[in-house]
Amino acid sequence: LGVSEGPTKKMNMCQSINNAIRTSMATDDKAVVFGEDVAFGGVFRCTVNLAEDFGRERVFNTPLTEQGIAGFGIGVAAAGHTAIAEIQFADYIFPAFDQIVNEAAKYRYRSGGEFDVGGLTIRTPCSAIGHGALYHSQSPEAYFSHTPGLKIVVPRSPIQAKGLLLASIRDKNPVLFFEPKILYRSTVEQVPEEDYMLPLSKAEIVKPGNDITILGYGSQIYVLENAIQLIERDMPGVTCELIDLRTILPWDVETVVESVNKTGKLVISHEAPITSGFGAEIVAEISKRCFTKLESPINRICGADTPFPLIFERFYVPDIVRCYEGIKETLQY
Amino acid sequence: MISTIVKRTFTLARFYPNKGFSRCFSSSLDFHKVSNLEVTNKLEFVETKAPTPMYSAMDKTGKILDKENTPTLSKEETQAAYRNMLTINLMDQILYEAQRQGRISFYMTSFGEEAVVGTALALQKKDYIFSQYREGVVFLQRGMSIEEMMNQSFSNQYGHGKGRQMPIHYGSKELNLVTISSPLATQIPQAVGTAFALKREGNGSVVICYFGEGSASEGDFHAALNMAATIECPVIFYCRNNGYAISTPASEQYKGDGIVGRGEGYGIKSIRVDGNDVWAVYTATKMAREYAEKNNKPVLIEAMTYRVGHHSTSDDSSAYRSKGEVEDWSKRDNPISRLRKYMESKGWWGNDDELEAKSSLKARVLKALAEAETAKKPSINDLYAEVYDTIPQNLADQLQKTKSLAEKYPDYYKINEFKS
Repeated sequence: LGVSEGPTKKMNMCQSINNAIRTSMATDDKAVVFGEDVAFGGVFRCTVNLAEDFGRERVFNTPLTEQGIAGFGIGVAAAGHTAIAEIQFADYIFPAFDQIVNEAAKYRYRSGGEFDVGGLTIRTPCSAIGHGALYHSQSPEAYFSHTPGLKIVVPRSPIQAKGLLLASIRDKNPVLFFEPKILYRSTVEQVPEEDYMLPLSKAEIVKPGNDITILGYGSQIYVLENAIQLIERDMPGVTCELIDLRTILPWDVETVVESVNKTGKLVISHEAPITSGFGAEIVAEISKRCFTKLESPINRICGADTPFPLIFERFYVPDIVRCYEGIKETLQY
Repeated sequence: MISTIVKRTFTLARFYPNKGFSRCFSSSLDFHKVSNLEVTNKLEFVETKAPTPMYSAMDKTGKILDKENTPTLSKEETQAAYRNMLTINLMDQILYEAQRQGRISFYMTSFGEEAVVGTALALQKKDYIFSQYREGVVFLQRGMSIEEMMNQSFSNQYGHGKGRQMPIHYGSKELNLVTISSPLATQIPQAVGTAFALKREGNGSVVICYFGEGSASEGDFHAALNMAATIECPVIFYCRNNGYAISTPASEQYKGDGIVGRGEGYGIKSIRVDGNDVWAVYTATKMAREYAEKNNKPVLIEAMTYRVGHHSTSDDSSAYRSKGEVEDWSKRDNPISRLRKYMESKGWWGNDDELEAKSSLKARVLKALAEAETAKKPSINDLYAEVYDTIPQNLADQLQKTKSLAEKYPDYYKINEFKS
């Protein structure tokens, strides 16, 4: 983990995110939190008690306007302050697409470094929840990954969420922080109470292995972990290396290359639709860098090329069965 | 006739709270007090009001109509502002031609809208400025030099922005002039965010944000005005209503009372001014600034003017409006000649001053142009720098490849034009 041996506290991901925001506000007077319904604690309770503790001047509701929230946050950051904005669901970030892609991402570059919005972080809950259907389930990271100037981060656990969010808030670039909402309450860890950061653009090898590299991020890591357990049970002797990418942009090419050069096989899995999903970018780069070491085609196990459906969710998502079958197929190629 | 209406209905005292300013609410309607609303049994839709009158300080002959509107600026300040209006006019003529000759890639003039300089006269240096792209004279008034603007337009190594953006996308951190970008209206909610940050700093700074009447149709305009009102931010929204958004006349842009008519709906104190009258623009902005700073609230100013020039060098406006219409406007009412008449009436300016100013400014503009044109372009490194605060590995790799190709094919890439 890389954090010290100090006191820890049992937290779910909501609580660790709350703790990270709290820490950043306590250490930075210029930090403010805003978005739809954040003042009473947020619809997912991530900002609970912040308004009470830091005042409504620093934690406040905005009108219901995503393009306004993003534009406002850019303005706060352009003045050298720290803007921690919330978009209520990642599905509703698209009205802010122009402000994020044309403005936030290009602020530093277009002004020759005279202005920047490095103080901007946009947090937003993403991914499947079991019954979220089209507009409470999306994973839009790939849309933004085509945008130089942005950083995109997806945590998988409370400890990660705190360390990565603190790093994102303090990073000198605009960061989109996607929080898999299914993990808000389902993951609980002993989270260090101290102020710590985890590095951006650094993947983590969750489980070392020799025969195949399995790559994912966010809540998909848990699906992959379970699929790997079944694979290693059913195929004695086989060990899988599981990598959590953590940062989508700029991503950690080196860690993945090193792993694939060792294992010769790669499976990538994400919830977002397969076509032009971020997996495609990884396939292209790894095919180029590891061409002579690859022993099988790189396999992608992803969401369907359909909108995210309600009643068909179990057939849509890259679940444990699909991951198990996909990994086996690649191992047996 | 018009001037008497203006005088009767729009004395400046109306701009202050609790002094009879009734058009706009000073506080919003509280939903929970909805039961206190007056009830009517008469089924009646709200009627469109008569157009808001336009505040004017000086007539077309440069005469101040009401003593109350007498500008407080000194002779020297007035002359300097006038010279900046002449300068932007000369730069517009010369750079427009330079674009026609293919010496720069693009240009946008601000012919007919030079009175916007009045806003800059009313602001303080600590105030932030967010622009659209037709406010070059504001940049001059704030202190950006002809040379700096020329360097930006010629994309050379000395220009702000390192040659990355199209001409006239000016900016200067030192002068609190936030760098211009092409997407329309995006700067409006950003200006609100900056105003909020400045309010927190508590040093009395405000923000001004310029945009055209076409931009006011964007969603970002709506988002910004609503946020500024609800979050209470000291920002002045300054709309240049010049009648056209490229080819689209204002009649196809909105059906309400222009832009000023929207302010009331957001609970924002609003005023319509004569955008060709530098003193109307100055006084309204000065009052708006005082109000915004004192109350931490936004103000909306709609300045009525006319886009005399083409939209840009990529536009031929004769395709959608008559030459006669343009000539009428520029002959009948021009902000530069109006201020000149005012100065002449005070004995502050004469023909000799005009000739001297025009020739010396023209010489300086032409010299700056020649120097900007021959200066080297920025280094190829600047293509990859400042995408992020530091250069990630993928960009470092791409830079190396670009450089080695440029060295292999130096003539094809004309690398001598770029700083090594």
